[in-house]
Amino acid sequence: MKKILAVLLAAVLVLALAACGGNTSDEAKDFKAGFIFLHDENSTYDLNFINAAKQACENLGITPILKTNIDESNDCYEAAADLVDSGCGFVFADSFGHESFMIQAAKEFPDVQFAHATGTRAHTENLPNYANAFASIYEGRYLAGVAAGLKLNQMIEEGKITAEEAKIGYVGAFTYAEVISGYTSFYLGAKSICPSATMEVQFTGSWYDETAEKEAATLLINDKCVLISQHADSMGAPTACETAGVPNVSYNGSTQSACPNTFIVSSRIDWTPYLEYAIKAAMEGKEVDKDWTGTLATASVVLTDVNETAAAPGTVEKIEEVKAGLEDGSIHVFDTANFTVDGKTLDSYMADVDTDEAYQGDTEVISDGYFHESEFRSAPYFDLRIDGITLLNEKF
Amino acid sequence: MKKPSEKAVHEQLVQISKRANLPAWQSWLIRILAVLASLVVCAVIIVLFTGDNPFAIYATMFKGAVGTSRRIWSLLQGVAMLLCVSLAVTPAFKMRFWNIGAEGQVLMGGLATASCMILFGNSMPPALLLLLVIAASIVAGAIWAVIPAIFKAIWNTNETLFTLMMNYIAMQIVSYFTYIWSVPKGSGKIGVINAASQAGWLPTIGKYNYLLNILIVAALTIGIYIYLRYSKHGYEIAVVGESENTAKYIGINVKKVIIRTMILSGALCGVAGLLLVAGTDHTITRDTAGGRGFTAIMVSWLAKFNPLYMVVTAFLLVFMQKGATEISTVFGLNDSFSDIITGIIIFFIIGSEFFINYTLKFRSRKGAEAK
Repeated sequence: MKKILAVLLAAVLVLALAACGGNTSDEAKDFKAGFIFLHDENSTYDLNFINAAKQACENLGITPILKTNIDESNDCYEAAADLVDSGCGFVFADSFGHESFMIQAAKEFPDVQFAHATGTRAHTENLPNYANAFASIYEGRYLAGVAAGLKLNQMIEEGKITAEEAKIGYVGAFTYAEVISGYTSFYLGAKSICPSATMEVQFTGSWYDETAEKEAATLLINDKCVLISQHADSMGAPTACETAGVPNVSYNGSTQSACPNTFIVSSRIDWTPYLEYAIKAAMEGKEVDKDWTGTLATASVVLTDVNETAAAPGTVEKIEEVKAGLEDGSIHVFDTANFTVDGKTLDSYMADVDTDEAYQGDTEVISDGYFHESEFRSAPYFDLRIDGITLLNEKF
Repeated sequence: MKKPSEKAVHEQLVQISKRANLPAWQSWLIRILAVLASLVVCAVIIVLFTGDNPFAIYATMFKGAVGTSRRIWSLLQGVAMLLCVSLAVTPAFKMRFWNIGAEGQVLMGGLATASCMILFGNSMPPALLLLLVIAASIVAGAIWAVIPAIFKAIWNTNETLFTLMMNYIAMQIVSYFTYIWSVPKGSGKIGVINAASQAGWLPTIGKYNYLLNILIVAALTIGIYIYLRYSKHGYEIAVVGESENTAKYIGINVKKVIIRTMILSGALCGVAGLLLVAGTDHTITRDTAGGRGFTAIMVSWLAKFNPLYMVVTAFLLVFMQKGATEISTVFGLNDSFSDIITGIIIFFIIGSEFFINYTLKFRSRKGAEAK
């Protein structure tokens, strides 16, 4: 007993010394960038951000401090304040619900640059050290939709389904603009290739709920959806598709390794260009753009490699062709000639661009024959319920 | 019946027997040794799995918990909130009423607070709103606790299951209202409530909004200590806990004691919800209680239901949580790693209670050699 006691006491001493010594060891006065993620690497969404954060910091030669699994609650404010305490001059958060807590932190620490992906309030809050960013991912989704349309056409040609049976299933997280804009652009992309395509959307009410996403995908498959896509962040929907042998258009990155037979293609936002730009500006003490929108041209909107096993022949070429059209402006995703709402073509729509108490439309977004998405602010505001898409559950 | 064979007569390698009461300093020495032993085991695991220097990791743990003044405040706030919920469950536990429903009671208190802030934030004078918020949270917590208590008192239902189920109902109700009140609609998150007007927010004392919570919980700790130890109610709780029949025999109305104690338990949980929502978070999610309703059970048990010891156990747990989170951040380890570390340490601490209550007698070596 005495021996054990002696060993343990020695351990205490060493620990105490180590604890005292720790403070002085890492006082390198480098610029630090802190990142707040809603989940960890297991979420496709957060993994996409984590990779971009690491890459951007590597390109700039700085060390990132990553905080994962930070809830969209006061935890986010606490995490942001703690990152400031750790010496970060730049703090970034990746989830929509983080926004009000990031703004709270930005007000408290005016010397630190805060940036928030997918948020909507930077341009109305007008703080010098708080910025939003997003990308025109609706263009990426449209291109992914093209790949889906080609697959539907292939199934029709092979006699597996009739043209009327070309029904897409979509697993969405919540019923607000970001998700609506995503599934609508995807649907319009598919419809541009396969005109008879229809779509059903099932919501999960969570950004990451593997079981719910799997169940939603299975429900859609049982409801005779012949192709599935999703806007929720777990592997639930892709793996459900692989099990059922139903083709899947993924999001946030390739799911090919887990779903070699059903993964067609995935659109994603590459956040590296933005993070590199924003961190560099913060390092140099320059103002960061309040509302930065990445595009195909800034290499922010990208598609993964097409999986030839699952995709229809000619997918790669067709995507390139449509992409060129989007870039030169000859194709607009939300061209009012291509969709109707309650059977009518729209020539005017007031979108809720400025997030204020009213939550009402405040900006005219339809002109020159198309809906101008992500032009008046970076985050999506397309929230129209267009014909051809059925929402199975709207509780979220 | 077996014949007493030679083997059975043989002395056991280890004999376990109940200890007579250990002096306080000895039992605390055992606890401290357990913590140190757990740190050694963690060190081995850290080296095996990550190759990182365990001492650097422990140093990080200290820095994460108390490295800056904000972190110290945040640590004390964490301790205060965990302690508040632990105080709430303690009277019930002392009565042998297994209130596993603190998580839900805190949530309902928090939801009542948030509802008043959202619904009356713009229409009520601030002072009146504050009073309403306080009353609503306490009543909501108490109602959520008294339902299982009434069922227990009248129909003798199993309170463990009942209170546990009430947690899930509370979570779903909170989920429902976060969708209803989500900003913007459909996003499923409420965000900061009344960010501009700060209506319904508890006042901030000093630089951080933690101090008020800490002071309130400190006062509650002393209050509950006195209540349990010196009041007639406290005595009744202890008697009902020891033996319901004795309680009946000496004329205590057991049903009344159960219901009254659970109202107190729930009301204190309601206060925890109030402090979380109106004091620091200014929002509500289904994770607002953050598992404290369950961790509090451990805090209360480890401290043998003594509110003053609970300060120590709550501090220890929150210190480790904060420290372990910093470890995963600084060393780029997954969050699960910090859970593993805290899990090992808690395992040792709980294990140490065994050695405090029981003594092990090893078969003497001489006897073994003489075989």
